[in-house]
Amino acid sequence: MSIDTTDTTDTTDTTEDSSTPEPVPPDEPVARLVHPRAIRWLHWINFPLLFVMIWSGLRIYWAEDVYALGIGSWQWFAFFPDSIYETFGLERRLARGMAFHFAFGWLFVINGAIYAIYLLATKEWRHILPDRHAPKEAKDVVLHDLHLKKQAPPQGKYNAAQRISYTAVLVMALIIVVSGFAIYKPTQLYPLPLLFGGYQGARLVHFWMTIGLLLFFVVHVLQVIRSGWGNFRSMITGYVIERRSTSPVDDATIRSESVPEGEPHAAEMGGSA
Amino acid sequence: MSEQHSTREEQLRAQLDDAPTIPMSEFKRRSRRSFLMGAVGIGAAYAGWRWLQDQPDVGGIPKPLRDQLERNETLWSNLSQGRSAPEFSVSKATPIQVNGRIGIRNEIDLADWTVRVEGPDGELLDELDISTFEALPQRDMIIEHKCIEGWSNITHWGGTRFSDFHARYADQVGDVPYVGFETPDGLYYVGWDMPSAMHPQTMLALRLDDQPLDLDHGAPLRLATPNKYGIKCLKRIGVIRYARERPADYWAERSYDWYAGL
Repeated sequence: MSIDTTDTTDTTDTTEDSSTPEPVPPDEPVARLVHPRAIRWLHWINFPLLFVMIWSGLRIYWAEDVYALGIGSWQWFAFFPDSIYETFGLERRLARGMAFHFAFGWLFVINGAIYAIYLLATKEWRHILPDRHAPKEAKDVVLHDLHLKKQAPPQGKYNAAQRISYTAVLVMALIIVVSGFAIYKPTQLYPLPLLFGGYQGARLVHFWMTIGLLLFFVVHVLQVIRSGWGNFRSMITGYVIERRSTSPVDDATIRSESVPEGEPHAAEMGGSA
Repeated sequence: MSEQHSTREEQLRAQLDDAPTIPMSEFKRRSRRSFLMGAVGIGAAYAGWRWLQDQPDVGGIPKPLRDQLERNETLWSNLSQGRSAPEFSVSKATPIQVNGRIGIRNEIDLADWTVRVEGPDGELLDELDISTFEALPQRDMIIEHKCIEGWSNITHWGGTRFSDFHARYADQVGDVPYVGFETPDGLYYVGWDMPSAMHPQTMLALRLDDQPLDLDHGAPLRLATPNKYGIKCLKRIGVIRYARERPADYWAERSYDWYAGL
């Protein structure tokens, strides 16, 4: 399998630059492209858009904040306590919330659509979609992350836990958009609301997808912090630093190598970020 | 480590090893460029956000957002005109909460109540009592009434289609694009585009659950529809006014979407 998805501009540059190829000694560190330019842009554009959507969406939710976790009439946690509304300025802003939501929603959808087309067109989805080994390997990744297992399972661009969570987040994004449209135009898009058991069902699903995306965001940020600077930088520059010599076999080998400037090896770049 | 395991490892590694590499000198150049671009991006996003907040308000929200609400209206009203919301069986209907009292707080003598019908130039076309509406073709409509706050309620309305009422004045007023409604005290008022008003599910309602409307629900005559939020379903209609320009709308003046269409 190959990455035929390289950033075209970057590749062109590389070709030009390497027209007078300098022989790179086998031990020199090199930078390997892991995140094509389109992915980087779409990722970073999505971040503020999703933020605005959640913020304005919670201002809308405030006006009818009926959801809670609990059993029967016993509520363990009601969404949301007043302190949260107050802290984030979500109270009495229904109309403004709607205005922002129905303007920025288009940008969120367009950005997501471009991403989806990009994944399909470049077959980049192959790096993300879990394969049949994923459930077992994901368990091993988690055990490894918790220092309960010494060796991390083999991985490609992403480890199995990443593949599963990235795929889940894409599915949630799709569901949040479709349920959002079902609430937005229940008559004009009828029978779309029936997918969710009706108008109120769509509202409920839309809400839980928001919570799901928020939880993903928290874990994502923690894992990025855990993975370190080299991994974070790769989403800005596109590159990770690694040695020229071919593939170490496991983490132990990688870590025993002295990687200059504390750069993580490609195999380390993931964590589960 | 098993044979199979290491084969898989090689496959997975191969996915990465096919990606292009560049020497460190080139990486440093690109890295600088990327971080610079990132800084510019953050600056641009911040500036754009500030710009949006600093735009003059139209109806309580920054003008670009108001413009977008109107573009949304154009899109959706052109996309699928004449689609109808589902209707339900009587057994699904439940009592509906009372949410808004603006415009219906005054005392009213229902026996004295009339509705003024005005043409687009402000001329009085008619002054009607309830018998006119009772004489128009009656229908029942069990629909999901949706509040802009987020709740909804399957509600059993009875009354006459606005389009049946409008037929009385169609020749007189011609192709007017809008119609406005007002409470007798003028404190609550809504504007409707004619295509929405003429939708077969737009009702001048006289009854709720087969009973005449009570005062809290808009007696003696109110609007009902599953195709716009409840804010457009004015209670206790006092004036019906055809218009060439968008009629004033109580909630659109308070940051909400004028169209409020579902």
